[in-house]
Amino acid sequence: MQEKQSKPLSTVKAGETVKLVSINAGQGLNSRLASMGLVPNVEITVVNNDHPGPFVISVRDSKMMLGRGIAHKIMVV
Amino acid sequence: MKKITVAMAGNPNSGKTSIFNMLTGAHQHVGNYPGVTVEKKEGRCKYKGYEITVVDLPGTYSLSAYSIEELVARNFIIDEKPDVVVDIVDSSNIERNLYLASQLIEVDAPLVLAFNMSDIARRRGLVFDIEQLSRLLEAAIVPTVGNKGKGKTELLDAIVATAEQGRPKRAHKVNYGQEIEEELGKIETVVADKENLSQRYNPRWLAIKLLETDGDITSKVQSKEVLDTVGASADHIKSIFGDEPEIIMADRRYGFISGACQETIKSTVELRHSTSDTIDAIVTNRLLGLPIFLILMYLVFQLTFSAGAYPMGWLERFFGWAAHTITGLWPAGSENWLKSLLTDGVIGGVGGVIVFLPNILLLFLAIAILEDSGYMARAAFIMDNTMHKIGLHGKSFIPMLIGFGCSLPAIMGTRILENRRNRLTTIMVIPLMSCGARLTIYALIIPAFFGENWRGPMLWLIYLIGIVLAVTCAKVLRVTVFRGETTPFVMELPPYRVPTLKSVCIHMWQRGWMYLRKAGTIILALSILLWAAMRYPRPGADGLPGLNPEQARQKQLEHSVIGRIGRVIEPALKPLGFDWKIGTALIGATAAKEVFVSQLAIVYAVGSTDEQSQSLREKLQDNYTPLTGFCIMLFCLISTPCVATVAMTRQETHSWLWALFQFGSLTALAYIITLVVYQVGSALVG
Repeated sequence: MQEKQSKPLSTVKAGETVKLVSINAGQGLNSRLASMGLVPNVEITVVNNDHPGPFVISVRDSKMMLGRGIAHKIMVV
Repeated sequence: MKKITVAMAGNPNSGKTSIFNMLTGAHQHVGNYPGVTVEKKEGRCKYKGYEITVVDLPGTYSLSAYSIEELVARNFIIDEKPDVVVDIVDSSNIERNLYLASQLIEVDAPLVLAFNMSDIARRRGLVFDIEQLSRLLEAAIVPTVGNKGKGKTELLDAIVATAEQGRPKRAHKVNYGQEIEEELGKIETVVADKENLSQRYNPRWLAIKLLETDGDITSKVQSKEVLDTVGASADHIKSIFGDEPEIIMADRRYGFISGACQETIKSTVELRHSTSDTIDAIVTNRLLGLPIFLILMYLVFQLTFSAGAYPMGWLERFFGWAAHTITGLWPAGSENWLKSLLTDGVIGGVGGVIVFLPNILLLFLAIAILEDSGYMARAAFIMDNTMHKIGLHGKSFIPMLIGFGCSLPAIMGTRILENRRNRLTTIMVIPLMSCGARLTIYALIIPAFFGENWRGPMLWLIYLIGIVLAVTCAKVLRVTVFRGETTPFVMELPPYRVPTLKSVCIHMWQRGWMYLRKAGTIILALSILLWAAMRYPRPGADGLPGLNPEQARQKQLEHSVIGRIGRVIEPALKPLGFDWKIGTALIGATAAKEVFVSQLAIVYAVGSTDEQSQSLREKLQDNYTPLTGFCIMLFCLISTPCVATVAMTRQETHSWLWALFQFGSLTALAYIITLVVYQVGSALVG
């Protein structure tokens, strides 16, 4: 059920907090994102989602910038 | 004296450099890891009868093989087996930082954890039960504040104690859960049985890496049976969890960490909106971000070149004085090869190297401030959209901008780029950013051939051509020679910090010294070589009488190796509208671009260019058309980076091949473009 409601992180508005469901970014990038704290069930707060401009999130007390392509591959609820 | 080797690992922005500086002070040595363009910093200190060598590993988030930095760090820890691994942990962000520690535990590294920035953690209300946490992680933990020098003796004590204990046998390790542990067990058995790699690596660690489909380890496996087992296990895990094994395993590591942290870390204060957020709201603002960035870049450029002009002037005066003093040792008017070697060759060469030192120091001062303060990460993102389109990283913008001043600091500045392909591409196109030395050529040519109203636009056009070519070449290189996907953009935004004077100074000193020692020596050697080629062989004395000094110099140059080469290549230059005189000046210009002007003055026997550039311009007007004038500028813009640039590229890429590739391809590009422009231009003019 949960899978159906999930949406790409890139569609989340600034200020909202969501929960990570899955990442479909390919082996190397999966591990990299995991090492930076992005694993299932972690809470992500979107800090900035202005077009154009950096896509900034806050995860485990640290701020990160993501390319929009990556933000598109991260599914959240 | 007993020796200890310490490897320093840690996340980027965990304050690793400050701890490294704290331990080793100025006793540092910067080099490269063999075969890769990753910087290797080593330092030394003495403590309690031990000589401790500290190796600063690249900052990484994990020991996977995602980037070359991670691979370098991992290989060092596994292959070199340092006596102690110190993991620098940003204690205000503990869980994410301990992820690397969990992997260090997995490779059985003798571990010391430095809980750095413990002052910030305390201010954030974090309280650690260090003893308990240390027991759970089976590693010594030392609270430190690197930029204030706190915790130095405690850290050294822990290093010595850990080294004396030897390699640990650990009781607690990450448990990946029953299903995964079963598969790991299967893989481990096959690996230990069939695979040669298990002699070098711990089989369990190999099993973990293989199940995570680690690129580097998987490619080293030779046994098909092992790969089949891994494939079957991965499929099995996927079918149970519905997710890739590496994600589940990362999740379990975080589980291990939060298990350890749950009982040992207490947060007494709710996190508040931090100052960093406020600064970010302004600096990365949609409307303000770009203007702020451009203003800061303008300041960096001004600092590097305008402020640098003063010490540069003093150095030039000093070398002028030195040359004058040495000339004074010989009777006035006499000719002597030693005098010329010393004044023109050595002092000219050494001076040519050292005058750039202020620029390099100031540029790295600016870069150190931008990086240490945390702004660099923001700058990279602001430019990333634009730079990404030409296949470069947002940070490439900074060295390319510096290229308008001088290619040398610019090429050294590419060290801020982590990705090798990005770095090489940027280095290759930097000479196309029209540097300050080339301006002297335009300043000679433009007024000679173009009317008052055309001068501004002409100069603008030349710079623009350079930028367009740089962008095009970068794009072309990225889809040909340096093909490969651009690293997807993920980057941490470190909190803003005030850079410390000590770290900024150490950074500047290292770069300056590296420039003098490495690039400087090659530049000097090439300068002396060119000096000789410009002077020898000399015409017989009987050919010279009756000529005035200008004419004598003209004769000498014609007779020299360079003059002769100029003649020989004249047929090749004809289609570009150049004669041998221009050819000779162009070859001379490889010593330094501005030499083109003085060389041209010599071949036209007009004497010193400073006062008489008007007469040189008249000569040019008599001999060439405006089209040729434009072609000269075009050729000088694109072609033949100066020897200092070649030397610097060699130094920074660790390969003569890249240096010669840059030299050759830019010269070829210049030839083709100038040829087309001249031929089409001539046809149009009639």
